[in-house]
Amino acid sequence: MSEPTLTPATAETPAQRTRRLVEKSLRRRYRAERRFRVYGIVAVALGLGFVAFLFSSIISTGWTVFQQSYLKLEIDYAPDVLDPDGSRDPEVIGSADFSALIKAALRKQFPDVEGRSDLRTLYKLASEGGQFDLRQRVLDDPRRVGSQESLWVLADDRVDLLMKGEIERGLPEDVRGISDQELAWIDRLVADGRLEKRFNRSFFTRGDSREPEQAGVWGAVSGSILTLFVTLLLAFPIGVAAAIYLEEFAPQNRFTDLIEVNINNLAAVPSIVFGLLGLAVFIQLFGLPRSAPLVGGLVLTLMTLPTIIIASRAALKGVPPSIREAALGMGASQVQMIAHHVLPLAMPGMLTGAIIGMARALGESAPLLMIGMVAFIVDIPHGLTDPATVLPVQVYLWADSPERAFLERTSGAILVLLGFLLIMNATAVVLRQKFERRW
Amino acid sequence: MQTSTLVLVLLILTAVAYRAGRQRSLALVGGVKGAKHLHSLPGYYGMLTALWCAIPALLVLALWHSFDGRIVTDMVVASMPSDVQVLSEDELSLVLNDVRNLVAGAIPAELASAEVQAAAARYQQLESLSRLAAAGLTLSIALGLGAFVWWRISPALRARNKVEQIVKLGLIVCSTIAIFTTVGIVISVLFESLRFFQVVPVTEFLFGLQWSPQMAIRADQVGSSGAFGAVPLFTGTLLIAGLAMLVAVPVGLFAAIYLAEYAHRQVRAVVKPLLEVLAGIPTVVYGFFAALIVGPMLRQAGEAAGLAVSSESALAAGLVMGVMIIPFVSSLADDMLTAVPQSLRDGSYGLGATQSETIRRVVFPAALPGIVGGVLLAISRAIGETMIVVMAAGLGANLTANPLEAVTTVTTQIVTLLVGDQEFDSPKTLAAFALGLVLFLVTLSLNIIALHVVRKYREQYE
Repeated sequence: MSEPTLTPATAETPAQRTRRLVEKSLRRRYRAERRFRVYGIVAVALGLGFVAFLFSSIISTGWTVFQQSYLKLEIDYAPDVLDPDGSRDPEVIGSADFSALIKAALRKQFPDVEGRSDLRTLYKLASEGGQFDLRQRVLDDPRRVGSQESLWVLADDRVDLLMKGEIERGLPEDVRGISDQELAWIDRLVADGRLEKRFNRSFFTRGDSREPEQAGVWGAVSGSILTLFVTLLLAFPIGVAAAIYLEEFAPQNRFTDLIEVNINNLAAVPSIVFGLLGLAVFIQLFGLPRSAPLVGGLVLTLMTLPTIIIASRAALKGVPPSIREAALGMGASQVQMIAHHVLPLAMPGMLTGAIIGMARALGESAPLLMIGMVAFIVDIPHGLTDPATVLPVQVYLWADSPERAFLERTSGAILVLLGFLLIMNATAVVLRQKFERRW
Repeated sequence: MQTSTLVLVLLILTAVAYRAGRQRSLALVGGVKGAKHLHSLPGYYGMLTALWCAIPALLVLALWHSFDGRIVTDMVVASMPSDVQVLSEDELSLVLNDVRNLVAGAIPAELASAEVQAAAARYQQLESLSRLAAAGLTLSIALGLGAFVWWRISPALRARNKVEQIVKLGLIVCSTIAIFTTVGIVISVLFESLRFFQVVPVTEFLFGLQWSPQMAIRADQVGSSGAFGAVPLFTGTLLIAGLAMLVAVPVGLFAAIYLAEYAHRQVRAVVKPLLEVLAGIPTVVYGFFAALIVGPMLRQAGEAAGLAVSSESALAAGLVMGVMIIPFVSSLADDMLTAVPQSLRDGSYGLGATQSETIRRVVFPAALPGIVGGVLLAISRAIGETMIVVMAAGLGANLTANPLEAVTTVTTQIVTLLVGDQEFDSPKTLAAFALGLVLFLVTLSLNIIALHVVRKYREQYE
């Protein structure tokens, strides 16, 4: 560098040299700067893109679930089918062959269809589930026997998929799953205004079913509500009590350290391990029933406790010492100081933590698979020991089903689940903003 | 008496006890005017009476309930004919099921054999006896202890201190539940694992290369000996977790750097919660996404490129898991970056460094230990994640490093081994607990290291 032969005529001072080198490198450095910034923007955009992609694909596959295809049929509640001896006994009516009514109505609609196999194909336009609706209607009001009415009954899931454009008409007949003949019938029904998409109430009022068009989320939602009820009832009081002890009473010793280390570690233990615990302890050792919301609630309690304890401790830490000192100075005991002053002030923060913990518990499914809440359950659970399933597990079950129509149901159930989570998180945010105090 | 009515009666008794205790304390000092002669406020005397009335009785009731079912069953079995008693455990439980169904009226009495009918009658009798005894015992405990405390009330009784002691004891019990949970996990998993290792040697489990847990029911069936070499599961788990980290670490880190160092405050306020939405989505939704949307998409893309992509490829599960972990990495890294003191940045700018140079050479190295801790936590999460892999990864144990093939993971196997009907002593079920033990130990050690690193780093700048 400093060979005399290379030195220019006008000698460069060290300061000038530094300046020259820096200026030469500046463009490269600025380029690197811009590049680095772009990496950051790309990363953020990717993250946001994932959020958008996730939501758009779920909404686009799931929103059709709010509508369902129904057939308008002229139902004749024929007494000779429902109640041959005219006894009006609910038991006789209840065991009558209601599918025959739908079949008869379909035959009336298409008088020109003949032959066993053609008729069988025709009957498949209506869902198997329609007969249960009819049965319920007649049992609700037995005077319907002998009367006639025109009624919207559930259409088959293939008809529904076609109506929603999920099955393309242009496909060859054998791939399509719907024959040309059925297509003609469907077109005729649509032209007559007898086949249309209506609001899908049954999705929100029914339990699970093997037939996609009859499957609803209400069974799973009730299971989730019962399970979360147990969790909230146990996890919130225990979590708050533990937080109060650790924050206000616990002496600095090894026992306290042990508790704290345990809480922090439990917060990061995989949820499936809690399922193993529930299986081995609650079901095997205590003999509690499988698939019950009670056991699910217990397992989720153990899982959410660390979250609630940590949030509650943060809320307690947020109450300034001056409040405590003032209460103690007025002669309150430590328990009185906490119960009368600290706890009310920390309550909004604790509730926020509890809601967030509950939201996590609502979305959790892995530990519940272990304790048998994956069974196929049609009935709506009403008690804590009834067999039940929960919303995320219902999503898992439907996602596994081979029928194409279940894809839409799965996304629909996810939408319901996300809706609940949104409500819970929004409540937490509102609560935090409304009651947050700066001291 | 039904348990629910019993609890209701106990609650009413408790309320009565509160009132009685309060009244007595006041009566002793001659009404409200004399209250200043009491050691504590009158309510505390009521509370003390109520607590003594309720808590021991409820504890006894809970204890009774956790054992009465078993005792009644054992007594029924003991009263049954001797040929029933020598039956194996499974057959015995079938007979007992019959008995219970008969008691519940689920099967008509005509269908049951005479001995089952006799057992059912005995069962019913014992059960009602047990219920009666429970009611008598708890109510007499509640009344007795309540009356005793009521009788002991005097103006000098330090009721408040006693109530507060009980409250404090309750708080301590609540906070030890965390310890009991950990102990419960360790014992339940360890116990079953030890039983598993009696059948399958530890070395075979940890180092064996074959995993096919199907045990034949009959000894002469083909492939009757299950193989329990878990190495393919470990590699599968690591493959998927590795893919997830390949997505999550760069995206999460750069997003954190951008949000912490470059972004405008308003941008940050909008983007940060939006990214954290990813953390709030239930894992089953990611599973659905990986299995039914990303998986088929990758397969189609692979077909177009002439690659054979399995429809349950590790890639789909790994990618989606990575997306799930992004907010985890980014929010932890963000915390760590913002914890670096401004003076370090100012010093670097003062020497003429550009912003990116400051970040790369000064801020990032200063935050590195904390970020490493965060990444370790994220890895532990990826390893323990269940739903995504259950739904999107394969079931066949496949020893491969090719992300386009299907692999299976530890958590997937736990779920498939334990879901459905199961008996607790087959090696197949016990294997799930052994896998659970490995999972628990690995994630536990990762967590301990990570928490230690993070805490140590935080202290550095406080």
